[in-house]
Amino acid sequence: MSLEARSLDYGYPGHPVGRGLEASLAAGEVVALLGPNGSGKSTLMRTLLGLQPRLGGKITLDARDIAGWEDASRARRLAYVPQAADSYFDFSLRELVEMGRTAHRGVFASPSPQDREIAAQSLERLGIAHLADRPVNGVSGGERQLALIARALATQAAFVVMDEPTANLDFGNQARVLDEIVRLREAGIGLIVSTHHPEHAFRIADRAILLRAGQVVATGPTEATLTGPALSALYGRPLEVAEVVLSDGSRQKVCLPVAPRGSRAAESP
Amino acid sequence: MPRRSSGAILALALAVLVALVAWSFSVGRFAVAPADVLKALWAALSGGESGLAKNVEAVVLQVRGPRVLAALAVGAALASAGAAYQNLFKNPLVSPDILGVSAGCALGAGLAILFGLSIVMIQGLAFAGGIAAVALVLAVGNWVRGRDPILTLILTGVVVGSLFGAGIALVKYLADPYNQLPAITFWLLGSFAGALPKDLAVALPVMLAGIVPLVLLRWRIDLLALSEDEARSLGLDVSKLRIAVIACATLVTASAVAIAGVIGWVGLVIPHAARLLVGAAFARVLPLSLVLGAAFMLAVDTACRTVSATEIPPGVATAFIGTPVFIVLLAATFRR
Repeated sequence: MSLEARSLDYGYPGHPVGRGLEASLAAGEVVALLGPNGSGKSTLMRTLLGLQPRLGGKITLDARDIAGWEDASRARRLAYVPQAADSYFDFSLRELVEMGRTAHRGVFASPSPQDREIAAQSLERLGIAHLADRPVNGVSGGERQLALIARALATQAAFVVMDEPTANLDFGNQARVLDEIVRLREAGIGLIVSTHHPEHAFRIADRAILLRAGQVVATGPTEATLTGPALSALYGRPLEVAEVVLSDGSRQKVCLPVAPRGSRAAESP
Repeated sequence: MPRRSSGAILALALAVLVALVAWSFSVGRFAVAPADVLKALWAALSGGESGLAKNVEAVVLQVRGPRVLAALAVGAALASAGAAYQNLFKNPLVSPDILGVSAGCALGAGLAILFGLSIVMIQGLAFAGGIAAVALVLAVGNWVRGRDPILTLILTGVVVGSLFGAGIALVKYLADPYNQLPAITFWLLGSFAGALPKDLAVALPVMLAGIVPLVLLRWRIDLLALSEDEARSLGLDVSKLRIAVIACATLVTASAVAIAGVIGWVGLVIPHAARLLVGAAFARVLPLSLVLGAAFMLAVDTACRTVSATEIPPGVATAFIGTPVFIVLLAATFRR
């Protein structure tokens, strides 16, 4: 099973963002999407999700072109996790997650007992079952993000597209969301995750795609792709990738901005 | 909100509604004992003899019957249309009157009255006027795309409403001051006093034709409250559903306006009350809004015709109740 983009042109009519993009996502794989603001990450993800028409090329799911698919058939295979936003409609987390079953039932149908069961299991798997009846606006940003991930899980889609799932979260909640992404990957789901944090890509992603002005400037296995020079070129600032050894002896890569000489706080006498 | 308690709340609301109906039939200038009300209604339904005096039967069936039915129908209609518009526009502060839809319907219906057209045409033109108002609100809202879509939409509704209000003023200006003008003015104030069985026979099926699809689509309409990208990614055909909801909610509003003129605030206040009681899910808000809207409208109308020697127009009474509620909601929405 795979989701593939072949010589994809995307953007808006008369205002293309990127041309000839090649990308693929396999089941049980996480691909991180990095790029500066305005590099086309969101446009690319919306195009992959079928939310905006592509300008050229192909997007295939299991070798079948998704152009012209109905919203419902696409939604059963390809799920979207948006950034958690405030809403004036204060659904409970359970109601929010049950919405993930929409594409599985008829236009006039009520949620079946099976739909409710699947939604309850999704809440359980994300560790937020105890919050099921709490209103969305009454839980933390991290818990809200987990609920949106649970909703994607409830769609039973094989592929999930996540738009900056750690944005606006505190440090602990960022780690929690990343852990859950790793668990979804282990369950065989393929994920595209956009992020502004190279560390997050190191932590969760098998491969990375670096996007600048709509074009892929580098792609490949995460560690080989997210190098200091590549990231410096991507963001236009001197950045360095270093490896830290954790207390359990494992190694993890981090990316840090290089401060101009003489301005480092630690250097002051 | 757990499901079981929302069922209990709906059952309680229904019980209150039944009690209100009995009360409304029995009070008024000519009091009728609740037992006699039941007898008369049962006789009318079963085709038997009630054994009541003819004038008692006439008060129940011919005087109060149509009025009670009209109040119930209009209340349920405005509340359900308001709940649907709120989801459609992802905006908790809109309703048929705030969006200018009621004014659009009123202009259509007013024109039909001016030209002396039938009740069917009054319905038809009211619907056309309502659709024109929604289309205008959507077009202006899309064009403006303000930083604060909620406020932009409300302002757009106010502007569209006053535009159609000017049209209504023109209709009144052109109306025959002896025959048509009093009828149009009285009807615009919002009143059930003039509800005729033959008009209800046309308006009620139209109203049902709008409400039934809303009820059937209730689980999908829920998703309209999400962002469009989210709703579509969950498999919802958003454009089709929007068109369906606009058509249904406007049809429901148009038939309510054709029966009772412009009665404001019900469509705003009732869905909010429902959401406070059972949470945001449209599948629970809609049935409760229907029941609460009917109960509220009937209570208001019954109070309006009994508290003083002269009747108070119910449209005036709902404004006295609705405006302070709107101000509280406005504060709750923006003073975070």
